[in-house]
Amino acid sequence: MKVLVTVKEVATVEEDFEISGTEIEDTYLDYDLNEWDDYAVEAGVQLSEAGDDVEVVAVTVGPERAEETIRMALAKGADRAVRVWDDDLADAGLLDVGSKAELLAAVVEAEDPDIVLSGVQASDDNFGATGVALAETVGFEWAAVVNALDTEKVLEEGVASVHRELEGGVEELTDVELPAVLTIQTGINEPRYASLRGIRQAQSKEIDVQTLADLGLDASVADSDLELTAMYEPESESDAQYLEGDASEQAAALADVLREKGVVGE
Amino acid sequence: MTVLAVADHRRGELRDVSYELLTAGRELADAAGTDLHAAVISGDVDSLADSLNREGVDQVHAVPNGEEFNHDVYVQAIEALAADIDPEVLVLPNSVNGLDYAPAVASRLGYTYVSDAVDVDYDGGTLEVAREMYASKVETTVEADEGPFAVSVRGGEWPAAEGVGDADVSTFEVSIDEDAVRSTVRGFEEVGGGDVDISEANFLVSIGRGIEEEENLELIEALVEATGATLSSSRPIVDNGWLPKNRQVGQSGKQVTPDVYLAIGISGAVQHVAGMKGAETIIAVNTDPDAPIYDIADYGVVGDLFEVVPALIEAFGGEPPNV
Repeated sequence: MKVLVTVKEVATVEEDFEISGTEIEDTYLDYDLNEWDDYAVEAGVQLSEAGDDVEVVAVTVGPERAEETIRMALAKGADRAVRVWDDDLADAGLLDVGSKAELLAAVVEAEDPDIVLSGVQASDDNFGATGVALAETVGFEWAAVVNALDTEKVLEEGVASVHRELEGGVEELTDVELPAVLTIQTGINEPRYASLRGIRQAQSKEIDVQTLADLGLDASVADSDLELTAMYEPESESDAQYLEGDASEQAAALADVLREKGVVGE
Repeated sequence: MTVLAVADHRRGELRDVSYELLTAGRELADAAGTDLHAAVISGDVDSLADSLNREGVDQVHAVPNGEEFNHDVYVQAIEALAADIDPEVLVLPNSVNGLDYAPAVASRLGYTYVSDAVDVDYDGGTLEVAREMYASKVETTVEADEGPFAVSVRGGEWPAAEGVGDADVSTFEVSIDEDAVRSTVRGFEEVGGGDVDISEANFLVSIGRGIEEEENLELIEALVEATGATLSSSRPIVDNGWLPKNRQVGQSGKQVTPDVYLAIGISGAVQHVAGMKGAETIIAVNTDPDAPIYDIADYGVVGDLFEVVPALIEAFGGEPPNV
């Protein structure tokens, strides 16, 4: 069985930052593995540990810097890594969901996995759509916002028996036929830390870099139907009353508020 | 040309976002100078369709296929509806079920998709969508100029459509290709439960990522003991396994309405706020003065929880632990 895990390097913004045009300047950005994808990697590695002959392939779309992120997936137990990049992608603006799905669809076609695991969303652009759009593009079945997966059933019966985390403390129990794409919610498992040995081994593994041409795509895949036309810090709507002073003064004022509201006695 | 809004419902009831997306849909229909259609798919569609007949809705389509939500049925039903009424904009909920079918519908129909809108506008064939990025630290405007479009709207951003409308309510029959339905919903499960019902508490002390380490929970527990509060948390604390699921406040956890909600080290992500904005008084303690939690807080304490909380424990005669 082959498991494909999509991972994304996301930018996180420092506490204070500046926007120039429709971008945040690079000096205010840090890069990390998308939190949701970390859980997807773990789910993939758990499948490979539970079954014989399960290969886990991690794929990312990103510049050379993103190798650090995909090496994290290798260090945690992915067997191979593919990075898709090209000058045409480097020059593209905000990729729309269709473009991302098409790019990953080409990787799915090349790799022919039985199951694709993807984070529910990415913390930077927050579209929450790539996994399901990918499933539709390649004709796989899917389930979104999965917070429990029956590993045994995947391996033995070719069925993804999942819980989908709905709102308000309710879960939906659903079976989907493989091949399928599952979008993985945080909390589904406990992502492992990469061991030192894992990190060392990951450093020496080769990352398979694929261009658009390698994947049988042309530059038009990077044509986005979306344009980012403005970026701004949201105006604070706060009408909070701030409790000033040092920590003990703030605590004393806070204690007064709690007493006044009648929720704590003397 | 029309605008078509698709309702969200579960276990026989329309969810709030259904009425909100009618408002967003009406705005778009006005901007485009066209009619607003609404659709409800699966379940007791006749009664749900009547509920969708609110002011500003021109036509309601009741699609009777299926008992409960199944994305394969939704995709086919919306595909058939779109072929019939030719929507310029599809308005869908950015709910968990929306996440499960909206991208597939947009992909199947070849519509340009924008998710999680907090504001929308339509001008001369261009769809303009306001949305957030980088964990709500920035707001952006995204323009799409090649229609038709599908947009999913965030719950709680539009007022609910009200009043009884005079829409034409009719049944829309779809012939579902059962071979293409490859997912089976087996049922539902309530999670959480457990020893404490945080939705009943009148004073919640709630913690988030700012607590940093599991060991530091001891500090909050001492505060809970000194004040007689009930302990709750935001999602990451539960994801880390530090507290059980029944303590989680938010969209995927519990909705709470205490007299006082003391949010400690919680930034105020939209999913969390959805669960606690009904609190009578909200107090936030956070080191980041720009944290979105202050937008809804009545009282703000900008400071280090590891200094403020011990002082607060002492103010109520307790003894802070060493953490």
